[in-house]
Amino acid sequence: MAETLLFNALREAIDEEMGRDDTVFVLGEDVGVYGGSYKVTKDLYDKYGELRVLDTPIAENSFTGMAVGAAMTGLRPIIEGMNMGFLLLAFNQIANNAGMLRYTSGGNYKIPMVIRGPGGVGRQLGAEHSQRLEAYFQAVPGLKIVACSTPYNAKGLLKAAIRDDNPVLFFEHVLLYNLKEDLPNHEYVVPLDKAEIVRPGKDVTILTYSRMRHHVTQAVKGLEKKGLDPEVIDLISLKPLDFDTIGASIKKTHRVIIVEECMKTGGIGAEIIASINDRYFDELDAPVVRLSSQDIPTPYNGKLETLTIVQPKQIEAAVENMVALKV
Amino acid sequence: MVQERTLPQFQASAAQISPEEGLRLYEDMVLGRFFEDKCAEMYYRGKMFGFVHLYNGQEAVSSGVIKSLRSDDYVCSTYRDHVHALSAGVPAKNVMAELFGKETGCSRGRGGSMHLFSSEHNMLGGFAFIGEGIPVALGAAFQSRYRRDALGDPSADQVTACFFGDGTSNNGQFFECLNMAALWKLPILFVVENNKWAIGMAHERATSQPEIYKKASVFGMPGVEVDGMDVMAVREVAQQAVARARAGEGPTLIEALTYRFRGHSLADPDELRSKAEKEAWLARDPIKRFEAYLLEHSLVDEGALKAVRDRIQTTIDDALTFAEESPEPSPDDLYKYIFAED
Repeated sequence: MAETLLFNALREAIDEEMGRDDTVFVLGEDVGVYGGSYKVTKDLYDKYGELRVLDTPIAENSFTGMAVGAAMTGLRPIIEGMNMGFLLLAFNQIANNAGMLRYTSGGNYKIPMVIRGPGGVGRQLGAEHSQRLEAYFQAVPGLKIVACSTPYNAKGLLKAAIRDDNPVLFFEHVLLYNLKEDLPNHEYVVPLDKAEIVRPGKDVTILTYSRMRHHVTQAVKGLEKKGLDPEVIDLISLKPLDFDTIGASIKKTHRVIIVEECMKTGGIGAEIIASINDRYFDELDAPVVRLSSQDIPTPYNGKLETLTIVQPKQIEAAVENMVALKV
Repeated sequence: MVQERTLPQFQASAAQISPEEGLRLYEDMVLGRFFEDKCAEMYYRGKMFGFVHLYNGQEAVSSGVIKSLRSDDYVCSTYRDHVHALSAGVPAKNVMAELFGKETGCSRGRGGSMHLFSSEHNMLGGFAFIGEGIPVALGAAFQSRYRRDALGDPSADQVTACFFGDGTSNNGQFFECLNMAALWKLPILFVVENNKWAIGMAHERATSQPEIYKKASVFGMPGVEVDGMDVMAVREVAQQAVARARAGEGPTLIEALTYRFRGHSLADPDELRSKAEKEAWLARDPIKRFEAYLLEHSLVDEGALKAVRDRIQTTIDDALTFAEESPEPSPDDLYKYIFAED
């Protein structure tokens, strides 16, 4: 076991997969000589050379399309979005070509590529650098969407994403890169399509992902002191959703709270609620509650920013109210 | 009518071509023309749906470029992609079946007119949004260089030909990809088919510098203009560009001056282009011109040309029968091909 920072866990995953398969390469802004804005590709340029760790011009839509073409012809590109928000500029290539081309081509081509990088609300980065594109991209057919949350799952999930034959949007969180965890010395891969039961419990199911997992964990400490026993599930896969795990939990607790960092309108939680209504309505003892970010551009001011995203105290209160059936 | 650009002169008489090669080019152009004429007929008879963009008039570009490639090279097209697919070797029956939405279509009936794909023929696709095929083509070219230089495979010398129109040359992806192709010396041909009109937008009204080939120079890339109604001229510049790309010397921008003989799509009333302009370009029909060239140089006789036309007519008739008789995709397969495992 070795204590590893999350950004280094990602780096190890990329390094191991590049060593294992020479068709794997990284491209993006400042991934090479500079080593990546969050040092996820540090020193890989020296190790693998300028074609396998390719510094691109600032042309998101075009280098994303280039990765699609490389994937169609047998390579396995990993795009680093310096900030995932920048990939709004690549929306066309991600949606039309990464997501839909396999279907549109009638199965002629597969597109094994990973698009990874920091998303989420950081510390006073302003609206454009604080986006949660997972909600925008969830309607695109053909994409897998994954959010990591710990050094352990970051490494194992990224390895699985690189090996996957489909386009995977892989969300890291800008405030989680320095999380530390002891990682196994042996190689491991974490499946992309399985939610993680962070804490088993019986009173209520809390569905969350990315940084909000840690806000939930903080809230749970307070709830435990009050004698409550929530079940916490990190969704990991935002598309497709792991309804085996979600459903089993609902059948046990009959109550659901969703805690997410995306905005409420058109968010991941909105989709989950609709699906729960389709599948598990009879299991519910209470309406599903979702705690989401406010439907506003993330403000720069620190106090306003704090008000924009869900805080642990709000999660605690929501769980208490639900268990007391004061939803 | 806007003042026509002076077409670059090409000394066709000095060009060398064997009778076999001449007939091969002729056959490819005739295939393109007959196929598109049949599409128009089927569309108006209600057998074909959606947006259908025909290539009539531009055949010399597809044949001149793609027939200068090897079968393991790559072709990337636009929404006007039927003839590029045919030149790349996708059988006419599979293209026709795609337009009929059949399971035997090259995209298994999922793509349609603007989305023709064939991995077997390295046809990277028809791309329906303006410019979006250029980065994809760039990726195929990058892949060739990656295999050669990062993986040390000396046989990885495949070239990619990327087609698009004059309207696309004002789009950011065009400039971004020219930059990257030149920067990394990628083996790619950017082939602009300047047919003067982006639906109803005249090229001169859309761009500050109508001579598109000149835009290559700021990227340090060779840019050439060519008479896109002369297959011998197109072939000449394509061969040079392919040789340069294959030798690792990087990309070329080719601007082929051409004209579409029909409207933008079969739904376009085509009211803006003047009669005089259309007639001037119809007089340059690339197929008639190449027929005259082949006969004048005694490379073939009229009987050989007629034999080609008869053979292609049979190919088209067979393709139509194949498309009509093929099954539609099964409703059970509605979700098939979303993911690689499907």
